[in-house]
Amino acid sequence: METSGKHLIEVNQVTKQFNAGTVRALHNCSFTIDKGDVVAIIGPSGSGKSTLLRCLNLLETPNSGTILFDGVEITDPKVDIDLHRRKMGMVFQHFNLFPHMTVMKNITLAPIRLGLCSREEAEKRAMVLLERVGLAEKANEFPVRLSGGQKQRIAIVRALCMEPEVMLFDEPTSALDPEMVGEVLDVMKDLAREGMTMVVVTHEMGFAREVGNRIIFMADGAILEENSPQEFFDHPKEQRTIDFLSKVL
Amino acid sequence: MFEAIAAWYEALPPTSFFNFHFLPKYGIYFVQGVEYTILLAVVSVLLAVVPALLLALMRLSRNGLVRGLSGAYISVIRSTPLLVQLSIIFFGVFHVIRIPSIKLFGFVDLSYFIPGVVALALNSSAYVAEIFRAGILAVDSGQMEAARSLGLSQWQGMKLVVLPQAVKNILPALANEVVTMVKESSICMVLGMQDLMWGAKTAASSSFITIGPYVLAAVIYFAINFPAGKAIEIIERRMRRGDQR
Repeated sequence: METSGKHLIEVNQVTKQFNAGTVRALHNCSFTIDKGDVVAIIGPSGSGKSTLLRCLNLLETPNSGTILFDGVEITDPKVDIDLHRRKMGMVFQHFNLFPHMTVMKNITLAPIRLGLCSREEAEKRAMVLLERVGLAEKANEFPVRLSGGQKQRIAIVRALCMEPEVMLFDEPTSALDPEMVGEVLDVMKDLAREGMTMVVVTHEMGFAREVGNRIIFMADGAILEENSPQEFFDHPKEQRTIDFLSKVL
Repeated sequence: MFEAIAAWYEALPPTSFFNFHFLPKYGIYFVQGVEYTILLAVVSVLLAVVPALLLALMRLSRNGLVRGLSGAYISVIRSTPLLVQLSIIFFGVFHVIRIPSIKLFGFVDLSYFIPGVVALALNSSAYVAEIFRAGILAVDSGQMEAARSLGLSQWQGMKLVVLPQAVKNILPALANEVVTMVKESSICMVLGMQDLMWGAKTAASSSFITIGPYVLAAVIYFAINFPAGKAIEIIERRMRRGDQR
């Protein structure tokens, strides 16, 4: 393993338990993410993929182990995690748009409230991003009026408006109707092409293979295999991986 | 026919349910009493809102001590009778802090009203705190996560994202608390506060008509609370219809 400080994110021996240790969600997970990486985390449900992703921006606090982001140990309780979360965009399975705000307010809330830029600036940036995902005309709608695919694209824009260094996707297409999956994946592909660093928990094997430059396979809270998509899908090493792939491919 | 009814009414004994002979002389007690009661209930609940929000947020805190303090207060209030709390506040606290006997609207004596309102508000804050807590917990936890993931602080997430959505859950329950308070505040009569119940009691003891005044009080309480409760129900149903994520 390389020395710390070179990677954008470095996860060391992270363990997470729920309900006072009765549920072991993550066990000694270690991996690194470099700038420009598109890492797909896959595995059977309940394997800890989402928990691992949520540990990266401390939505879940690991019980042990360390996470370094930009060389800063964010798992240190003395670190103000809010400052680092600004640079880590997150997209959720259920979108989590704020239903009491318009699309524009959803997107500009954090940049304005955190004093990162003026309202005009934030709205200008939001419009550019909305234009890019083809939803400029929805700026003044409320989320209730949008389809699932539109909501998720807005959620991506909301995260992007913070100009993050990395985007975390937690099963971004799992709650979508099948015909809307494509439009969200297209936006994500564009992002990857532009060089955005991305960590994606997904069940979309096609996406993982086509867009990812690395695959992390998890089962029972542990990282079992980590490889390039080519190697991973064509020459899986572990029996669990082979079993899993035979079911989903 | 009409004369017969008039004669029957005139001859009603003081113990009759239908004897309202006290009205011409003591009717004013009921008018002022209703105003006093509503003022008492509304002001108490409004005063309870801020401490209740504080209690609710403390109750949801990650700090065990803070959570315990709030929990203890709520438990004590909910497990002791209102009349006991009222008496302790009235004779204890406001024996030390003297309120001047200033009259509001000509019949609301502040030296009685303020201790009563404070006691009712302290009592109500425990119940309203639970309303707030439930309202906050009813907001999907993903909302706070989304706010935090954008770098907003816990308080910013609460203030900008969670509370505005919780209001919809909270308002109907808060209105119900006012209705409850309209009824519960009748206990203040015991301490000489001149609410509706006090008006009824005064009319009864002065006119020697023992039941009629209380019947009238019951009718008035009902006429306030029943329509209010129904209206809240309708508003609540309508709000829920617009609720979708």
